[in-house]
Amino acid sequence: MTAAHLILEDGTVFGGTAFGAAAEATGEVVFTTAMTGYQEALTDPSFAGQILTMTYPLQGNYGVNDLDSESARLQVRGFVVREDCELPSHWNSTGTLHGFLADAGIPGIAGVDTRALTRKIRSAGVMMGVISHGDSPDAALATLRTAPRYDGSDFVREVSATEASTWPHGDADAPRRNIVVLDLGVKHNILRILTRLGCEATTVPYTTIAEDILAMKPDGVVLSPGPGDPALLDAPLATVRGLIGRLPIFGICIGHQVLARACGAGTYKLKFGHRGANHPVRDAASGAVTITSQNHGYAVDPDGLASSVEVSHVHLNDGTCEGLRHRELPAFTIQYHSEASPGPHDSEFLFTRFLDMVEEAAR
Amino acid sequence: MTKPSKVLIIGSGPIIIGQAAEFDYAGTQACKAMKEEGVTSVLVNSNPATIMTDADVADVIYIEPLTVDVVSRIIERERPDGLLPTLGGQTGLNLAVDLADAGVLDKYDVRLLGTPLETIRKAEDRELFGKLLAEIGEPTPESETVTSLADAKAVATRLGLPLVIRPAYTLGGTGGGVATTEEELERTVTSGLAASPIGQVLVERYLRGWKEIEYEVMRDANDTCITICNMENLDPMGVHTGDSIVVAPSQTLTDKEYQMLRTASLKIIRALGVEGGCNVQLALAPRPEIAPWPLPDDGYPPYYVIEVNPRVSRSSALASKATGYPIARVAAKIAVGKRLDEIQNAVTQKTTAAFEPALDYVVVKIPRWPFDKFPKGDRTLGTQMKATGEVMAIDRSFEAALQKAVRSLEQGNRSLLWEDPAWQDNGALDGSIPATDDRLWRLMAALRRETPTMDLALRTGIDPWFLDKLAGIVAMERRLLAEPLAPELLRDAKRLGFSDEQIGVLAGELTERVRQRRIELGIRPVYKTVDTCAAEFDAATPYFYSTYGEENEAEPLTGDKALVIGSGPIRIGQGIEFDYCSVHAAWALQKAGYGAIIANSNPETVSTDFDTSDRLYFEPLDEESVRDILDNEAGPTQQFPPSIVQFGGQTAVNLATPLSLAAIPILGSSAEAIDMAEDRSRFEEFLAKLAIPQPPGAAVTNVDDALKTADVIAYPVLVRPSYVLGGRAMEIAQNAEELARYVEIAAEAGPNKPVLIDKYLEGREIEVDAVCDGEQVLIPGIMEHIERAGVHSGDSMAVYPPNHLTDSEIATIVDYTERIGLALRVSGLMNIQYVVVPSETGSDIYVLEVNPRSSRTIPFIAKVTGVPMVGLAAQVMLGHSLAEQGYRGGLQPQQDLVAVKAPAFSMSKLGGVDTYLGPEMKSTGEVMGVDHTFPAALAKALVSAELALPPGGGVLLSIADKHKREAEPIIRRLADAGFRLFATEGTAAMIAAFGLPVEQATKKLSEGHPNVVDVIQDGSVDGVINISEGRITGTLRDGFRLRRAAAERRIPCFTSLDTARAAVDALIAGDQAYTIQPLAEYLR
Repeated sequence: MTAAHLILEDGTVFGGTAFGAAAEATGEVVFTTAMTGYQEALTDPSFAGQILTMTYPLQGNYGVNDLDSESARLQVRGFVVREDCELPSHWNSTGTLHGFLADAGIPGIAGVDTRALTRKIRSAGVMMGVISHGDSPDAALATLRTAPRYDGSDFVREVSATEASTWPHGDADAPRRNIVVLDLGVKHNILRILTRLGCEATTVPYTTIAEDILAMKPDGVVLSPGPGDPALLDAPLATVRGLIGRLPIFGICIGHQVLARACGAGTYKLKFGHRGANHPVRDAASGAVTITSQNHGYAVDPDGLASSVEVSHVHLNDGTCEGLRHRELPAFTIQYHSEASPGPHDSEFLFTRFLDMVEEAAR
Repeated sequence: MTKPSKVLIIGSGPIIIGQAAEFDYAGTQACKAMKEEGVTSVLVNSNPATIMTDADVADVIYIEPLTVDVVSRIIERERPDGLLPTLGGQTGLNLAVDLADAGVLDKYDVRLLGTPLETIRKAEDRELFGKLLAEIGEPTPESETVTSLADAKAVATRLGLPLVIRPAYTLGGTGGGVATTEEELERTVTSGLAASPIGQVLVERYLRGWKEIEYEVMRDANDTCITICNMENLDPMGVHTGDSIVVAPSQTLTDKEYQMLRTASLKIIRALGVEGGCNVQLALAPRPEIAPWPLPDDGYPPYYVIEVNPRVSRSSALASKATGYPIARVAAKIAVGKRLDEIQNAVTQKTTAAFEPALDYVVVKIPRWPFDKFPKGDRTLGTQMKATGEVMAIDRSFEAALQKAVRSLEQGNRSLLWEDPAWQDNGALDGSIPATDDRLWRLMAALRRETPTMDLALRTGIDPWFLDKLAGIVAMERRLLAEPLAPELLRDAKRLGFSDEQIGVLAGELTERVRQRRIELGIRPVYKTVDTCAAEFDAATPYFYSTYGEENEAEPLTGDKALVIGSGPIRIGQGIEFDYCSVHAAWALQKAGYGAIIANSNPETVSTDFDTSDRLYFEPLDEESVRDILDNEAGPTQQFPPSIVQFGGQTAVNLATPLSLAAIPILGSSAEAIDMAEDRSRFEEFLAKLAIPQPPGAAVTNVDDALKTADVIAYPVLVRPSYVLGGRAMEIAQNAEELARYVEIAAEAGPNKPVLIDKYLEGREIEVDAVCDGEQVLIPGIMEHIERAGVHSGDSMAVYPPNHLTDSEIATIVDYTERIGLALRVSGLMNIQYVVVPSETGSDIYVLEVNPRSSRTIPFIAKVTGVPMVGLAAQVMLGHSLAEQGYRGGLQPQQDLVAVKAPAFSMSKLGGVDTYLGPEMKSTGEVMGVDHTFPAALAKALVSAELALPPGGGVLLSIADKHKREAEPIIRRLADAGFRLFATEGTAAMIAAFGLPVEQATKKLSEGHPNVVDVIQDGSVDGVINISEGRITGTLRDGFRLRRAAAERRIPCFTSLDTARAAVDALIAGDQAYTIQPLAEYLR
């Protein structure tokens, strides 16, 4: 077994053993408390630029398969686990977690006291780190010092599609509505759900301008989730400004943040983000609480929000803004993930709500 | 909804299989919740050995029978405006439904709180539930009810074999089972139709090999729905979840599968309208190699909903301890109108109860079965639960959690290394591996013999993931056998949960050497917090488990502190009483300004509730784990906090010597005093010095010496192994042949330990608990047994105050007790059993046993005398004398009440176990009847223990010749009371000779009808009196089938004339009025 290290920018070193690709990787170290769904997480574009640790200690138990990826490639920079399962068992498993990472050139480190790591991040906040395979961590520390910072990087550029494409759908049930998905780092499950609900879902690059989208004559627009600092996304901001009021809009995660900016709000970085499948969100109107899937490091500051826009959802734990609703125009957004994958399916109804809005707008 | 001001909470009654300590935990949590909400709680339970029935917990406490009549009177008296039905197990739930049906709730305007009655009915009634699930599109296994074999065969053709046959309206699945072949189908359906009183069976598709998954879910009135925990049974469908090894969270489910089942569970509680907690059991498609099914193209495999329990349950207690989320407490608050987001998360104290716990560890639960006591019982596991209790262990790997759980079972020193010698035989592990209590060990043995894991998966249906983990443990065993014990190897082995002892055995080292070596190498466990949130938030609650990781979160508690060692899993002989004592010990420590630390391994209990103590270590209660905890608490100064061993039953007492040897201080009676009382020859010398008599006898190590001893003291003799629990392997031998046989059995139960042989004295048995501070001995009261000596004290009915002792006998007992306590230098509690034998001069009093520790009767005697025994004892141990605490020594003034403690049995659930009562304990729980007169108290105790004879029914009598004369008055009274008498040949002849009408039922089952089993099965009789003599040579064997039939029919079966007499007396006195009032009002 090869030794491996995870070194944080404050100098903390966690020892472990190497798995995945024999490579070195730097990135922002974040944790998620979701107990299942490592394959979905590893392929979630919102984790671009990040080294991910799962707080649940046993990873890889059910292997990897052809159905659970959320994008065409692995998106994390590195993966940190307590235990990597070498003998997975599942009817649809086609390989091991180790093979999945190795094939994608992504390094992993196992045997880490991931709870200690989580406690560190919780109290000190997220920070840059490096995974290095081999006995000595010294060289890696030097790499870390010169590595580009997560905060200043535009990861949406990395993960967004370069050309438009339509999610495949069976011919039997002819699509009723055309939905354009602005790809800021879209997860496949958004496209699967839209298609299942009878839509033709077309993703467009994040640089697509409003006029070009309008020219496609869609019935509605979904602003996808995605990685990084929403303040860096000037092109999508302009696009969204050009679409509000002209098409029904549903914004998810970073899509929510971009729409918030378009409506006058600011954004800020959270100390260690919200990542997990157990986040309680209260619907401001009904008082109902929903358990949601979350993955974001930035949040919307509703100060400055236009009076036509209201905060529709609030995080029960820290009171942060979890959703917006336009009082006059067909637009609403959520900070969490209605497409789940991984996480509870409790918010999938929001896609239906969006499509109802689309129907109404079409009348 | 308006908040109620006064709420009635119904407990679950005595501990029986299927309803154990978890409902004391639930009830106690509910009472705490009521206190926090400013609601007055009125609690009723028949079980005195519970924390929920303590004055500190509920506001008004009734220890009364759980019947509609009694609870109606309580409602009439207390006028609660709400009733919490979902916290007292099936007993509490059924009683609440009966009260509603009887119109009592309407009459007194009592609102059923939480989950509505309609929901309870929908979930409990198979047909209504099936209909509801069909409406919301949730799948259930295909099934059909049939009334003939032909119809069953038609269903079988449609559904295909295997099938589960469930007879309607029979208890415990009697007559049903799994049919895998045509022949089995015919046989099972025929027996099922015969067993069903309405001649109906349910034929259901048997999901062999399917995964069994459970979800604990909650819903509030605002329709917020959350999942607390999901759990995966290692044992696939077909084994009761209470008898399954269970892992939390699920290990082999993808996120799609996890969410699919979560969504289904939430959909069901929404449709049902549950307000509170609910358990949903589901079956999920396994690997197709195990059971084929058509593969889906979207990643969502088929599943079925199996069962829903709209109440807190054993599973919810497990889920609470596994996650730190207090389900019962939150459910109680929801019931009085709180929303989930209005309830604080007690662990983080920052977030609310509206969230889903995230685990960052693995939890393993293993059931504790009673087959160490009943080796001849039917050990196969199926749809009827057989475990009396369970253990839980937490770690950061499955292997370590599993191995710690195995250590927590406290079955001798049985680690995963144990193998049955019979498995050495060639082919012993080939073929099917049925679900039995030792299947885990059998699998390990098969893996050691190179059996491929997939092969075992196909033979058991257990997912290969689990089997590969077991194979990993075997691989480590091989490394430990083959390689030198290098630091890396040692660390890897500890991370896989190997104990020092296991490592020692494999590596050829002494256990203590392994420990010393790893401590030198700095290989020590660290302690992590159970915090509901996987470290996302800072936790305020000190609930810890050990793991071999890096960061230790349990810095030593500051200030004065002490460790209370708990009592582990609930088992026959060591029940909930000791958890009661452990909890009180923790409270007493806190009262004295000490930090109270509790160590325990039982998830069902109040002691493992994180707010019972200042710090909870959820750990096995063996030497290694307890010393690791104490090392951790000692910190760098190496100042060990003292340990308290006398409240945790034999589990804790057994640690006295090892802790003393490790120079760790013990509070209270020393290891020396404990050994003095347990070592036969030292104890004999000790009593001789005090001139206190004990039955003549000796400790022997072989059959020859045994026979010689018996010749000297004369038969009958009592034989038992030293140092065992609950009278295990204890017997009465009438002659040399029997004695020789018993000595062999006893030697097996306690190898290398001497066997004790005593003169068996047939007399009145007396039991005394006392607190001793070195200067004074306080005796709260004396208890007299209804059964003569020979029936284990745990199976005897006990009466306070004694009703047959003379003043001089009482004086002698008090004198002996005081002198023994002082001479033994007892510090804390002590229990003594005496036998009073009639003699020419009046009577002789002998000491049978002295135990310098808490006993089974402590909660009972504390409750009926009002003397806080555990609290006093704990303060004494901390150096505060009885006088300082305001108590005087000697026998305390008698209370103006009568209380009867009666045993409760779970015999219907344990096939093949003989219900005959003898020196070996068989009861699983106890109840108490209290009133102003003996007959009323006795009647209440019998009703609560389900030992009462209904008026005017039939009674079957089968009485050995030796006892026939003594039985005459009982028989006459039964006849006078209008009972129809049935009797076996000889007994019938005697009854006829009395001139009483009697119907004969033949004893020999092969010799015509009606035989004894017929009259039980057809409902002719409502009770059985079966008095035998001699275990092997006598008539005892004949009665086995008869007693089993009674057990399965759940009618009382008396095997002692003393008990039968009491039951008949109570029946005759049954007409008289009984009192219903809070316990506090009985006390002066």
